[in-house]
Amino acid sequence: MTNLIYDGTFEGLLTAVFDVYAHKLGIVKLHQGEYIDGALFDKKLQVITDETRANRVLKTLKVKLSSMGVQRLYAAHLAEIPGEDNNLLGFIRYAIDSDENIEEDYGNKYVMRVSEMVCKIRRERHRMEAFIRFQKLQDGSFYAGIEPDFNVLPLLIRHFKNRYADMKWMIYDLRRKYGIYYDLHDTEFIILDFANNGRPADVVAAYTEDEGIYQHLWKNYFNSVNIASRKNTKLHVRHIPKRYWKHLTEKI
Amino acid sequence: MDADRITEKLNILADAAKYDVSCASSGSKRKNENKGLGNASNGICHSYTEDGRCVSLLKILLTNHCIFDCAYCVSRKSNDIQRAAFTVQEVVDLTINFYRRNYIEGLFLSSGIFKDADFTMERLVRVAKKLRLEHNFNGYIHLKSIPGASDELMNEAGLYADRLSVNLEMPTEAGLKLLAPDKSHQDMIKPMGYLKNAIIQHTEEKKLFKKAPMFAPAGQSTQVIIGATPEDDNQILHSANYFYKNFKLRRVYYSGYVPVLEDSRLPALNTSVPMVRENRLYQADWLMRNYGFHVSEIVNNSQPHLDLDIDPKLSWAIRNMHEFPVDVNRADLKMILRVPGIGVLSAQKIVSARKFGKLNWDQLKKIGVSVNRARYFITCHSKEFERRDLTGNAIKQFILATSHSKYIKNVQTQLNLF
Ligand code: SF4
Repeated sequence: MTNLIYDGTFEGLLTAVFDVYAHKLGIVKLHQGEYIDGALFDKKLQVITDETRANRVLKTLKVKLSSMGVQRLYAAHLAEIPGEDNNLLGFIRYAIDSDENIEEDYGNKYVMRVSEMVCKIRRERHRMEAFIRFQKLQDGSFYAGIEPDFNVLPLLIRHFKNRYADMKWMIYDLRRKYGIYYDLHDTEFIILDFANNGRPADVVAAYTEDEGIYQHLWKNYFNSVNIASRKNTKLHVRHIPKRYWKHLTEKI
Repeated sequence: MDADRITEKLNILADAAKYDVSCASSGSKRKNENKGLGNASNGICHSYTEDGRCVSLLKILLTNHCIFDCAYCVSRKSNDIQRAAFTVQEVVDLTINFYRRNYIEGLFLSSGIFKDADFTMERLVRVAKKLRLEHNFNGYIHLKSIPGASDELMNEAGLYADRLSVNLEMPTEAGLKLLAPDKSHQDMIKPMGYLKNAIIQHTEEKKLFKKAPMFAPAGQSTQVIIGATPEDDNQILHSANYFYKNFKLRRVYYSGYVPVLEDSRLPALNTSVPMVRENRLYQADWLMRNYGFHVSEIVNNSQPHLDLDIDPKLSWAIRNMHEFPVDVNRADLKMILRVPGIGVLSAQKIVSARKFGKLNWDQLKKIGVSVNRARYFITCHSKEFERRDLTGNAIKQFILATSHSKYIKNVQTQLNLF
């Protein structure tokens, strides 16, 4: 078995695939991180991310998979779900080694696993589309802080850009410390410098005048649509797991 | 803005609207136009109430003043409650401000009937028109059609709203007569018929000219109240089927009657909400719409009630053991869909995956089949399969013994009442 160490990028992953075929490697194990000489594994190889090689692999994948299939693979890697590198590698190798498109071969463990990952990511993306709560700031723009389980912020851009085309907004991933900002024309990635402990403490201070009123109205609305005689806490928590509550206006 | 006054109105008028269970905001295709605000397509639940229902729309009444006296309704004329009314502008402002904060997908506006049908309908239409034309709002709008409103107003409503609905409320005409003496069945059916034709006509036009205006792109729906009158499930589902077929409804909603009023025509105030029955009706409805079941396969004269302890698909299967076992590696999709424990997604996955090789139990499990249920009804690429010649009843007992139904508790409390 050979241990492959790569830098965690998608190009890095594709370069690793290139190396697997170039060196005719059989069983491999993929790790993310820095290559440290000598230590830990007996047989190991450093993957040096290389755009040309990565592109050659990508080109092959585009032949072997549908364009949706390639996108799904990309999203699965982007999400940074821990411990899945080897499944992604297994999927890619299976796709390349097969003569026909294997995307729907759910009997295969890698195909099934990637489909499960895509499901998880899609669910997290949907949750964000649902649970993001914008707050209106004095300059007329809208701000939302999020802490998703996976790195799904880039997957949210299209939805929010289509929907809130006529207002400036920002969504900030507080855990991964970056955000997207829409300025009425385009979106860009940004990194904010929150003075201490990474929380936008001054957001409340920056509220526009009626922000508090609408938050209050929304909480009221949320309470009055409840039908007490049908209470079902288990179902409620299954739909909105507690970890999302701290950014939900109606649950704060 | 007088925040206290608005808060008070919102509390009253949201509270009065909450018994309408429809929450869907999907099925429309409205895009964001000219860099306006919003779009309506995917139907997101932005929150969930503590009873576990989806909160997707700002669901309110324009007013709870009403000239009618329907027995099952909190807003009925003779009920001594606080009354309130929003202005058109207040509803518009609330909708826009909630929408911008990503609280909602749009607005579901209904109303008590003040003065007369047209007067009321005209106000509802004005809210929608203002949102669309003045605020360039492309979010979802569901308007209640007031029974007896004129065709001209219904037409205008269709041009601005994504969905329209008339609530039948009672599953049969007799039930309606008993509990809503002011309402005529005819008045309720008429706007549905008008809308059905208008929707068909606009869809045809849209095929010819891309620029033709949209007309209620998310179609029509209705709601029936369950358990306020003595109709059985056979009557309820057949009448739902009738409306699906004849009025091309997108959805029929079933709302378990919540006892809110003392009235000799109604179940007593301490009666519990028939939640299990409501759930079974939704499951049955689902089977009719997505699983290719005909209504009379689910309920009929000799089987007038849905089982409360098992779901209608399992119930059908054990009544039709001669159709099983099904070989999942060969059977067509239609039959696989009928297997208890296999959902639409799993069924499609099975049909795709088996082209690459025959599937075994492990793979079925991974695909998402609930093998605990399905094992009594299928064979696959494995030597293991159910060899005992079990009766439907025995299977039911096995499945009930191994599943921890969230409803068992409820079934018991409901049964205790009898
Ligand atoms: S007409 Fe509507 S609001 Fe008025 S009492 Fe009947 S159901 Fe209630």
